[in-house]
Amino acid sequence: MSGQPFASGLTLAVGAVLVCAVAVLWLSSLASVIRAVSLQGIALGTVAIVLGLHLHDPALIATAAVVIVVKGLAIPMLLRHVTGDQPLERETRPLVNVPASLVASAAVIFIAFARTRGIARYVGTTAGSLVPVGFAALLVGYFVLVSKRRPVFQMVGILLVDNGISLVAFLVTAGVPFLIELGVSLDVLLAVVVLGVLAVRLRTDFGDLDLDDLQELHD
Amino acid sequence: MALIGLLLLPLLGAGVLAIGRARPAAAYTAVATNCAVLVLAIGVAVREREIGPLSGAYGVLRADALSAFMALVIGAIACLASWIGVRMIAADLAEQRCSRARATTYLVLVQGFVAAMLLAVLAANVGVLWVAIEATTIVTTFLVGHRRTKGALEASWKYIVICSVGIALAFLGTVLVYLAAMHTGGHSASALDWTSLRSHASHLDPAVMRVAFALLVLGYGTKVGLVPMHSWLPDAHSQAPAPVSALMSGVLLTVAFYAILRFKAVMDVAVGPSYSRALLVTVSLLSLAFAASLLLTQRDYKRMLAYHSIEHMGLIALGAAAGIPLAIAAVLLHILGHGLAKSVLFLASGEIMAVEGTSRIDGVHALLARRPALGGIFGVGLLALLGLPPFSLFTSELLMIRAEFEVGLGWAAAAAMVAMVVIFVAVAAHARHMLFGPAAGARAGTGADTGAGAGAGDESGGIGSAAPGVSSPLVTAPLVAGLVACGLIGVFAWPLTGLLSAAAHVVAR
Repeated sequence: MSGQPFASGLTLAVGAVLVCAVAVLWLSSLASVIRAVSLQGIALGTVAIVLGLHLHDPALIATAAVVIVVKGLAIPMLLRHVTGDQPLERETRPLVNVPASLVASAAVIFIAFARTRGIARYVGTTAGSLVPVGFAALLVGYFVLVSKRRPVFQMVGILLVDNGISLVAFLVTAGVPFLIELGVSLDVLLAVVVLGVLAVRLRTDFGDLDLDDLQELHD
Repeated sequence: MALIGLLLLPLLGAGVLAIGRARPAAAYTAVATNCAVLVLAIGVAVREREIGPLSGAYGVLRADALSAFMALVIGAIACLASWIGVRMIAADLAEQRCSRARATTYLVLVQGFVAAMLLAVLAANVGVLWVAIEATTIVTTFLVGHRRTKGALEASWKYIVICSVGIALAFLGTVLVYLAAMHTGGHSASALDWTSLRSHASHLDPAVMRVAFALLVLGYGTKVGLVPMHSWLPDAHSQAPAPVSALMSGVLLTVAFYAILRFKAVMDVAVGPSYSRALLVTVSLLSLAFAASLLLTQRDYKRMLAYHSIEHMGLIALGAAAGIPLAIAAVLLHILGHGLAKSVLFLASGEIMAVEGTSRIDGVHALLARRPALGGIFGVGLLALLGLPPFSLFTSELLMIRAEFEVGLGWAAAAAMVAMVVIFVAVAAHARHMLFGPAAGARAGTGADTGAGAGAGDESGGIGSAAPGVSSPLVTAPLVAGLVACGLIGVFAWPLTGLLSAAAHVVAR
């Protein structure tokens, strides 16, 4: 794949990753948030496929397959398992309300574009010029992480940060070597499993709680 | 071969445990495998001195003097901690405080934890290093939450969330290093190898490397517990079972610091030493100041030890900032001395908590009079940790301070010394309260105002030193051995000097 179809295909897929991250901010029901996370994983895999076709790199296509299976399918399934019988659970008391957080995410995206053009120029490829979008997705993930208080939403925040970093990796160097990507994906999957077990344990042992209720340890 | 063996030994122990369901025979086999790790690490270090860096597993693993030294530290502390861990689990099982399944999970995870740390220091490739350090987070989360109390769950949630986010930054830094390496015309498969990064370091783009190194220090610094990324550390260290705290504080923190040291070596060639020096001095002084201020008002002795770790990580960062071979050798000696002393202290504090039933400083009194062995170990351990001679921390702190003055960081060393004096006074005051005083009647006098500690205190005061197995030589002997080793290294450093200086020259030339 090369020329115009490559550039527009790549831009579309990269844009989808960012849109999914922002969607998490205004979607309130957990079921739709998990759907957004799943779509983001698939979009991320698509970025790798497009790049792989462009560079004729079979290892990158294999990476894409791993990404889609782990981030598009397995992790969302785990998240659904954690939410269990409360698929309509909502973030009832976010630290920042929806309109304000959308404004904040716009600011964050603006900062990402302003600050990372240097790296984009240094990379110097079509993919490289899209690097600011990757940083924007990463920063929106951080915003989700610090502004939400339900355990599952924090897991989603971590995933968004992680997907943002993977996107940057694909755009600047066409991904890290395959074996390392395999190890990284496995680590992320296991971390989500551990977080899921802890979230379920928090709910079964101590009832339905916000992370703000965890205030036992302090000086 | 030897390197693969190092990784497989703890996993072999894990396999035996899984099959043997944590029965004593299986548990002691696992301890034996950890001791074998120590022996094999010594063997690797000796061999490395003879023939140069070893490699294994098709180039995935590599051991130069620095890796061999770190493997040795991991082996030594794994021996201590797993021995006491087996005793702790046996006591828990005997008193039915935890099920056999949970005991098995605990022991297997400890083995996995040791294997992941070994993989981190033996990895030839920065990507594999990252995977191994993230694996330590995943494995230790359950270990932190082993007690299943609300506090333990809170600590493990905080731990994994903060560390995953931190380590994600380190991954971004790694990606940027990869980008810079690819632009020097590196081959994609080997571009992330330490040796290749080191040899191409002078061609790496300085601007990209600056951003990358800042991200790496933030990311791995989170696992090291450097301020301002430290907030998980006191909670996790105080809630985890004592052997896990010993492993985390004694080696996990410094394994993460090992990653920073490696990248610093590349960075100093690519950009020059002033950038990494500024960054490390900043986090180091922040850590020292923060640790000093929180140690003054500390009321919990496990948290006191945790903040003390933040202080020592600050000192190590300051030593690394100086960057000359003398400073790096002192940093490595400090890593070993701190690992030994701190793990002995955490293990002793676990025993104190088991017999006194509280982790509050004002709930423990007259330990020396009532339990001379345990109190003595705790007291001597604190003296070692505060940097008094003859222990090796005295030597390494002195060397670090000398190195700071040599490179013109005397002002930072002076600031560090002020913090160390404050910490000395604070910890000595807490220790005086815990250790000294008349044995009889002490509890009745303080019992009323100790809050949560009071109820448990009356009971354990009645049991007194008659509690079974508490001060048995099987527990005290390894702790004493750890302290003796720390003292011997301080007095006679000769078996280590060759290795230390070779390892220092891996980082600083």
